[in-house]
Amino acid sequence: MDFRLSDDERALQDTARKFAREVMRPKAAHCDEQSLFPREIIQQSHELGLLNMTIPQELGGVGLSHLAQCIVAEELSWGCAGMATSMIANDLALLPIHIAGTKEQKERFVRPFTEKFKLCSFGLTEPGAGSDVAGMQTVARRDGDHYVINGQKQWITNGEFADQYTLFCTTDRTKRHKGIMAIVIEGRPKGFSTGKHENKMGQRASNTVTLTLEDVRVPVANRLGEEGDGFRIAMETLDNSRPLTAMFAVGVARAAMEHAIDYAKQRVQFGKPIAELQAVQFMIADMAKDIHAARLLSWQSAQLLDDGAKNTLVSSYAKCFAADMAMRVTTDAVQVFGGYGYSKEYPVEKLMRDAKLIQIYEGTSQVQRVVMARELLKG
Amino acid sequence: MKILVTAKRVEDPESKIKVDAAGKGIVKDGLKYKINPFDEIAVEEALRLAAKHPGDVVAVSIGGKEVHEQLRHALAMGATKAVWVNHEGPLDQMGVARLLQKIVEKEKPDLVILGKQSIDDDQNQVGQYLAEWLGWGQATFASKADSLDSENEKNKVPGVIVGDGAKTVDVIREVDGGLNRLRLTLPAVVTTDLRLNQPRYASLPGIMKAKSKPLEEQTAQGLGVDVAPKITVTKLSMPPARKAGIKVPDVATLVTKLKTEAKVV
Ligand SMILES: Cc1cc2nc3c(=O)[nH]c(=O)nc-3n(C[C@H](O)[C@H](O)[C@H](O)COP(=O)(O)OP(=O)(O)OC[C@H]3O[C@@H](n4cnc5c(N)ncnc54)[C@H](O)[C@@H]3O)c2cc1C
Ligand SMILES: Cc1cc2nc3c(=O)[nH]c(=O)nc-3n(C[C@H](O)[C@H](O)[C@H](O)COP(=O)(O)OP(=O)(O)OC[C@H]3O[C@@H](n4cnc5c(N)ncnc54)[C@H](O)[C@@H]3O)c2cc1C
Repeated sequence: MDFRLSDDERALQDTARKFAREVMRPKAAHCDEQSLFPREIIQQSHELGLLNMTIPQELGGVGLSHLAQCIVAEELSWGCAGMATSMIANDLALLPIHIAGTKEQKERFVRPFTEKFKLCSFGLTEPGAGSDVAGMQTVARRDGDHYVINGQKQWITNGEFADQYTLFCTTDRTKRHKGIMAIVIEGRPKGFSTGKHENKMGQRASNTVTLTLEDVRVPVANRLGEEGDGFRIAMETLDNSRPLTAMFAVGVARAAMEHAIDYAKQRVQFGKPIAELQAVQFMIADMAKDIHAARLLSWQSAQLLDDGAKNTLVSSYAKCFAADMAMRVTTDAVQVFGGYGYSKEYPVEKLMRDAKLIQIYEGTSQVQRVVMARELLKG
Repeated sequence: MKILVTAKRVEDPESKIKVDAAGKGIVKDGLKYKINPFDEIAVEEALRLAAKHPGDVVAVSIGGKEVHEQLRHALAMGATKAVWVNHEGPLDQMGVARLLQKIVEKEKPDLVILGKQSIDDDQNQVGQYLAEWLGWGQATFASKADSLDSENEKNKVPGVIVGDGAKTVDVIREVDGGLNRLRLTLPAVVTTDLRLNQPRYASLPGIMKAKSKPLEEQTAQGLGVDVAPKITVTKLSMPPARKAGIKVPDVATLVTKLKTEAKVV
């Protein structure tokens, strides 16, 4: 593996870094405080090609490698993890269509996103089915050339503002995994409604709502793959997105470390900057080491995808390690700031709250370990 | 209308610059590089003009292969073609202007836009030499009539205005004590000041497209230019460190100190 970035990768990084520094970060505290969805910023990211970066060139996208996507994801999350989550939610919702859609479905459901600023949501989780995806209750009943869908989805990022939804539901609850299918819902059909924006601990710039479906009719032509393919499609989607989520953790942690370093050099206690105290130095050294390790692990999990190899195991290592790392690093950054770290006047407590989510969504840190163990012990 | 711009590779202003042990250069380890910010403004202005007066925007950079990074940045912003003058080793401002003169003679642009200076050597000479040797009119320190927060700037209106039929160019110049307005006959040379525009970001599609845009190679020998420097660097040193400020207890002390120590009032 070549650990150097190519010129293109560096150019992408520069643009993402500049956007994160000049556009995202200045609004991050405000959007966090007010739990505001920064529509204009996300729209601006679309103009620069930072949104929907997983869309391939043949559908009008930028056609970034998985590794390049990782490089961009770190910067976006460094700017504001909540905003980055809302940006990547689009990719999460479009990925199942790349993975399982027909050519015609890709033209209809993916290409418009490259031409116009639109948002979409990935609807997998339910109130009673989080880690246990196969326990989902949202049910689709076939009626001629439509499905009639009933149920509820929980924690749906961008749900309030989305123009399109990639929804997972079951045609037969008793079949568990084997009954799940993925289907695309356009706009707001009759019977489809969204709940109120969740008042979250962190990543408050991202919009999170429930979806309620009451006899919602969706054309059979919108189904991705066959009935029963949904679980596989969802898992493959998560294999693709885990490296990016891991990079979110890297971005948040890097931001926290940079703040901690700056602060430690300025803060004088016992007659000298606390950066000269070994106890503080060791916290910073551990931050840098773990961030670096998480970044390399995430890059490798992306590189595997670029090589056309399966990355389930390595991307679970990456997501789990990086998320747990970000929680530690941001907690230590608050520690370096002492009492000031605990105050909203300083930037690090937000990062600690933002990091927590990364251990939860797209497979909790426990579920990542379940996946790893399954991969390691099988056969 | 065809516009030629420069894209020099310079140390990133956010890097820490240190003079090397020999005192004749700087420590290059761990340095980051970017396009000279004034050149980036030149590229932006050229792209805005090209949007109104369609034609090629050609970016030129002189240096080793590493300057491809800056050329590609200009291409990613939207320039249509790059010219790389492959040259290793020292160059002075006259050498640069001589090379650019040859490129201009080959490319025959209607307008050349350069940064007023580059942030590494801060010489502020190349545009002036170039205009003189080409026998073209020049307007240095191009600026904008309105501020960088203005509606015009948001709408990416160029500050340099090309007249109908692309025969003339009007330039507002930032000079001591105000603004000066010049009209030049094209072809001409313009150098950019900081308050001319806010350069766009290189978009991701732009970066990917840049890979397939033409990048032409030239050399000093090929262009028939003697670039042996006429200036030699004898010594580099860091500016003296600024003394820390002091806190005064009250206004009276401040006034006394301003009178007796700083001697400014
Ligand atoms: C802000 C936010 C945004 C989200 N965005 C989306 C989205 O856009 N689309 C979407 O579909 N979902 C989304 N989610 C849902 C997210 O993926 C789930 O919250 C996550 O999968 C965990 O499910 P749960 O919350 O039901 O927790 P549970 O599954 O109830 O887990 C509770 C605890 O039990 C542990 N646990 C559960 N099962 C096991 C096991 N087998 N072994 C060991 N431990 C276990 C978990 O690790 C956790 O600690 C989002 C969530 C949040 C909070
Ligand atoms: C919500 C809140 C309520 C509070 N209430 C009160 C109150 O009622 N009354 C009151 O008097 N105070 C109160 N405090 C102050 C609190 O006790 C201090 O914040 C705490 O002592 C840490 O000091 P500091 O914040 O200045 O951090 P600093 O002392 O600047 O510490 C910064 C970092 O450097 C480390 N560090 C500092 N010195 C050393 C060393 N010698 N060796 C190794 N590491 C070192 C610290 O462990 C920390 O990680 C409160 C603080 C908060 C946040």
